[in-house]
Amino acid sequence: MEILRVENLKKYFPVQKSFIEVLLSKELKFIKAVDGVSFGVKKGEILSLVGESGCGKTTVGRLITGLEEPTDGKIYFKGEDVSKLPKDRRKEIYRSIQIIFQDPYASLNPRMKIGEHITDPLLIHDIADNDTARKMAIEMLERVGLVPGEQFFNRLPYQLSGGQRQRVAIARAMVLNPEFIVADEAVSMIDVSLRAAILNLLLSFKEEYNLSMLFITHDLSVAKLVGERIAVMYLGRIVEIGDVDDVIHHPKHPYTAALLSAVPSFDKRDLKVDIRGDVSNPIDLPSGCRYNPRCPFADDKCKESEPELEGDDFHSFACWHPLDIEVE
Amino acid sequence: MMVLDIKNLSTHYHSRRGTIKAVDRVSLKIEEKEFVGIVGESGCGKSTLAFSIMRLISPPGEIVEGEILFRGRDLLKLSEEEMRRVRGKEIGMVFQDPMTSLDPLEKIGDQIIETIQMHEEVDKRSALEKAEELLESVGLPRNRVNYYPHQLSGGQRQRVMIALAIALNPTLLIADEPTTALDVIVQEKIMNILKGMTSEGRSIILITHDFSLASEKSDRIVIMYAGWIVEMGESSKLVNEPLHPYTKGLLDSVPDLWLDRKIKTMPGLPPDLVNPPRGCKFHPRCPKAMDVCKEREPTDATVNGRFVKCWLYEV
Ligand SMILES: Nc1ncnc2c1ncn2[C@@H]1O[C@H](COP(=O)(O)OP(=O)(O)OP(=O)(O)O)[C@@H](O)[C@H]1O
Ligand SMILES: Nc1ncnc2c1ncn2[C@@H]1O[C@H](COP(=O)(O)OP(=O)(O)OP(=O)(O)O)[C@@H](O)[C@H]1O
Ligand code: SF4
Ligand SMILES: [Mg+2]
Ligand SMILES: [Mg+2]
Repeated sequence: MEILRVENLKKYFPVQKSFIEVLLSKELKFIKAVDGVSFGVKKGEILSLVGESGCGKTTVGRLITGLEEPTDGKIYFKGEDVSKLPKDRRKEIYRSIQIIFQDPYASLNPRMKIGEHITDPLLIHDIADNDTARKMAIEMLERVGLVPGEQFFNRLPYQLSGGQRQRVAIARAMVLNPEFIVADEAVSMIDVSLRAAILNLLLSFKEEYNLSMLFITHDLSVAKLVGERIAVMYLGRIVEIGDVDDVIHHPKHPYTAALLSAVPSFDKRDLKVDIRGDVSNPIDLPSGCRYNPRCPFADDKCKESEPELEGDDFHSFACWHPLDIEVE
Repeated sequence: MMVLDIKNLSTHYHSRRGTIKAVDRVSLKIEEKEFVGIVGESGCGKSTLAFSIMRLISPPGEIVEGEILFRGRDLLKLSEEEMRRVRGKEIGMVFQDPMTSLDPLEKIGDQIIETIQMHEEVDKRSALEKAEELLESVGLPRNRVNYYPHQLSGGQRQRVMIALAIALNPTLLIADEPTTALDVIVQEKIMNILKGMTSEGRSIILITHDFSLASEKSDRIVIMYAGWIVEMGESSKLVNEPLHPYTKGLLDSVPDLWLDRKIKTMPGLPPDLVNPPRGCKFHPRCPKAMDVCKEREPTDATVNGRFVKCWLYEV
């Protein structure tokens, strides 16, 4: 069963105009941060979302969790169109979709006790009274490895290491007993030896509660480790999506292949797919396939019309000249 | 030929809580044309080691003992004036944070020209010509000399930093996390540029927390833990057959794109360097720790040409 589906999701941010441009009444321009994204996540499944900085990963996550209003497109949670629901029902849904942010330093309030970060959402959502909330928080702190929970409850964020803070962020998301988690670069700022512990913690929660997850990361090795499926984004669009092993061993989109060939590994594969220049400007997107200025296979067709995602649940891609390779 | 020969180097920071032994009796040799990767987690002393080689340690930091022989000369014995001529000209450095080391108000080209003219007697025109060539050599268009730092992307700025660091054609280039904030595709391009430099006769020290990156690019890998070098040796051998328990733990905890395996968690945290554990600094986290590890510092052993600091390999 699909727990989440997004259809043709778009988010355009207006570009700030300078005073002169306002005087000259130049037309309003937009950054097309998310530009027609569709995918589904099944119950108990992790979908990894990868792509270079600025391709729109975080914006997708914020749209799903209701932190951002879509410019266009639909979000369905358990089959219901979220935008059409009455306010109280929406609030309920957003309680079962929680987000874990990128930065363990910025996401905690420096003046708030660790425990209060976890009791707060319980009190806001009217789930528990003060005493119960405190008990639940301490229990959850211990679940994420902050033992003794009683002691960690009373500490302030500055007294914790980066890895411990990220555990607090996980505890805060998990205490609401969510069905869906958006994890946005949840381990990216953490040191190697602690990263493994946090990843294993997230995976154990997933197993235990049959959680579904959108796991956002720029690190393909991490994406491959945690996700059953993977989606590759480029400049606001998904260019390839499917079963993680199939995408990695049979990449169809030249961008996916270029990414794979650049990932450092202890066991590097002989895969060389060229990529030219730098990412195009998200305000003035190239016509046709938005990857065409960087693509070694681009021809006239690629410059004229934009390919749509084609394929099935197992593997889809958006490219006029898909690769036919096998990386073993 | 030996380019760098560090002997028993210690660099400490004096803090109110006590002395932080950020680099603790480290010895390390770098050969000509060698690409050496220094790997370790945050706070293990990588940058302090790099700054010590450049003699850019200032209070509360202090180089307390050791020798840094650069082509036979001990850098620690040079006057500040002599050291200034070594920096940039003989040893170049790419710093961890590119924005702090580029002047935001000055065009890229002018910053490179200034660096060149500080060390070499050339007129502005040929310095400009050289600046353009340098940008080209790091894969940037020549006209970027006219850009200000904020007009470039992070990856482009990092390439400018490399251009600046090699402007004076140094023998040794130290790159401290040159690609940490960058995407893999840009990282790969920058690494290829660095790799290419070794065939021109330069030696490279790459400092990184990314073990797989270091293993892929370096001839030799140095593993640091809590101010010590705990293992050091030829890259592929070290990765395929790690000796030190920390190296093993690190290897097992890194997700890898092409290796089909689960990751293992290493218990505990790196120690507080003001008050590190007695004996082996790794012993509280070590699955193999013995009684002796808790009492006495391991001796430096060489096993099949590999350096390792661990009681399991006592000689
Ligand atoms: N609130 C905003 N206002 C204007 N532009 C924005 C806003 N949020 C994001 N953007 C722009 O939208 C694009 C996508 O940003 P987003 O943060 O979603 O990317 P990302 O893939 O998460 O990148 P990273 O890997 O660096 O976190 C970028 O060009 C970004 O500058
Ligand atoms: N100026 C300073 N004053 C006091 N302590 C310092 C100073 N600079 C570094 N340290 C301490 O010295 C130790 C080594 O720091 P260093 O910056 O060399 O580590 P690193 O390996 O480069 O870490 P990272 O991967 O985070 O860059 C750390 O414990 C750090 O807190
Ligand atoms: S010396 Fe002992 S504690 Fe240290 S790494 Fe070796 S076995 Fe482990
Ligand atoms: Mg992001
Ligand atoms: Mg450093």
